[in-house]
Amino acid sequence: MSKSVLLKSSIAKKYWMALTGLFLCLFLVGHLLGNLQLFAGGEEGRRAFNEYAYFMQHNPLIKVMSYVTYLSILFHAIDGIMLAVQNKKARPVQYAVNNAKSNSSGFARQMALLGSIIFIFIITHMVNFWAKMHFDGKMPMHTINKELEIQGQDPMTGQPTTQKIPVTYALTTKGDYKEVSFINPMTKVSENAVDIKNHTELYDKNSKLKIGEGYKDLHSVVLAFFGKKNDGNYPINDMGKAAAILYLVAMIVLSFHLMHGFSSAFQSLGIRHKRYTPAIEMFGKIFSIVVPALFAIIPLYICFG
Amino acid sequence: MASKTININLKIWRQKNANSKGSMETYKLDNVSTDSSFLEMLDQLNEQLINERQEPVAFDHDCREGICGMCSLFINGEAHGPDRAVTTCQLHMRKFKDGETIFVEPFRAKAFPVIKDLVVDRTSLDRIQQAGGFVSVNTSGNTMDANAIPIPKHDADKSFEAAACIGCGACVATCVNASAMLFVAAKVSQYALLPQGKVEARDRVLNMVRTMDEEGFGNCTNTGACAVECPKEISLENIARMNREYLKGMLSSEK
Repeated sequence: MSKSVLLKSSIAKKYWMALTGLFLCLFLVGHLLGNLQLFAGGEEGRRAFNEYAYFMQHNPLIKVMSYVTYLSILFHAIDGIMLAVQNKKARPVQYAVNNAKSNSSGFARQMALLGSIIFIFIITHMVNFWAKMHFDGKMPMHTINKELEIQGQDPMTGQPTTQKIPVTYALTTKGDYKEVSFINPMTKVSENAVDIKNHTELYDKNSKLKIGEGYKDLHSVVLAFFGKKNDGNYPINDMGKAAAILYLVAMIVLSFHLMHGFSSAFQSLGIRHKRYTPAIEMFGKIFSIVVPALFAIIPLYICFG
Repeated sequence: MASKTININLKIWRQKNANSKGSMETYKLDNVSTDSSFLEMLDQLNEQLINERQEPVAFDHDCREGICGMCSLFINGEAHGPDRAVTTCQLHMRKFKDGETIFVEPFRAKAFPVIKDLVVDRTSLDRIQQAGGFVSVNTSGNTMDANAIPIPKHDADKSFEAAACIGCGACVATCVNASAMLFVAAKVSQYALLPQGKVEARDRVLNMVRTMDEEGFGNCTNTGACAVECPKEISLENIARMNREYLKGMLSSEK
């Protein structure tokens, strides 16, 4: 099997488009299941989502899968652009009148355009969340604030007193909450109870030993991005509503792309049978409506819900 | 039944030769019988042009009964015109309205260069055919009777349906990518389904697809336009079969 057949032939290119495309459909399902956790509110929901985000960043198997996903996106995009350029070259002179709508769907004819829009969306989406998770120095840690009541005795009168001290706790990967800072009742200034290194690693102030690791508060970053007040006090995006609308538009484009792409992938791989193809086409239609719709509801729910 | 006549306006692509720049020219043609075929209408136009001492419009035609694959034309934005499952020679003028403006263009593709007016060079399809669209048969006196080999009826029918392809190039002309996949798929399928064709199946599909790519046709994006416009209603099922055949060939070829 020569290299040119594997990569350069028109049909082999279609196999790669189909295989990477179907893999990315699987990725969409996985990504969606993770995102749906954003519907769960409160500290419990926030905790579940941030634990999930930590798992996705640290599990070795997921890491391998994520690299396969990056490669698939790149390969699907580059191969797609190469095909589109070749296809444009195959008809140098256009028709004066072309009644294409009489024989094919607009989605099918505009796959390259739809795909390009989706690629731009993926880049902005990764800048919005993925890059913050990986590289942002201001990425907040998952913490909660509580008031600690300290019972004491007034030295003058001997009467029992209660003093309320605001304390910040960080959720650790062991599942417990560790005190990281408190407001000194005398000076009213926040003091660290532990040292924090690399955003989330907690070290004992005296012994300098690592006592635990916190979670990055992606949940708050997501809420803030779509203009919502969040427990992590992450600065709220003023353009939250616009972001939610743009995400909705991107999901509509994705839906159009999948509307043709899903069943088309099976055809490219030669999987066609009068018994199964109608079912594949039906499933593809449902998939291309339900998956982008569920994705789109999440920012709308956060923003307007 | 008395024949009706219509008056039409024609916008036809005129191009002196392969190297000159062409353009759409307008012609008015009156008293066109609705019972005449599209090619007969062009004959009538050419008669009028000749009488006016103008150059007649060059267009391809041969059998005029829909089986040779010689006629072409992109009429009102569709290969072989608005009717389904017919070639241009079988397209009747009753499909058009009185006073209608009809656009007539040559089949457009890099692999189909214009020779003159509406005539394009479709020998690229011939070269694909020569790359593998045949079975090698021993003709040294001991030729086997083809009917001696039992073939399931279902396979024979499918093969015959694929063999109905007349190689007119409508699939290429109509495809948004100017892809020849439906043509090549029909030729591959026609043989791949029969025991006589299975012997050379692997090399056939690899060679035909390679030639198709070399000729500068586009890639398939499964829009399905080709099967809709095909005068012989070749099914997309053949493209899926070719994709399977190619995968088999690609993975097992020793070359």
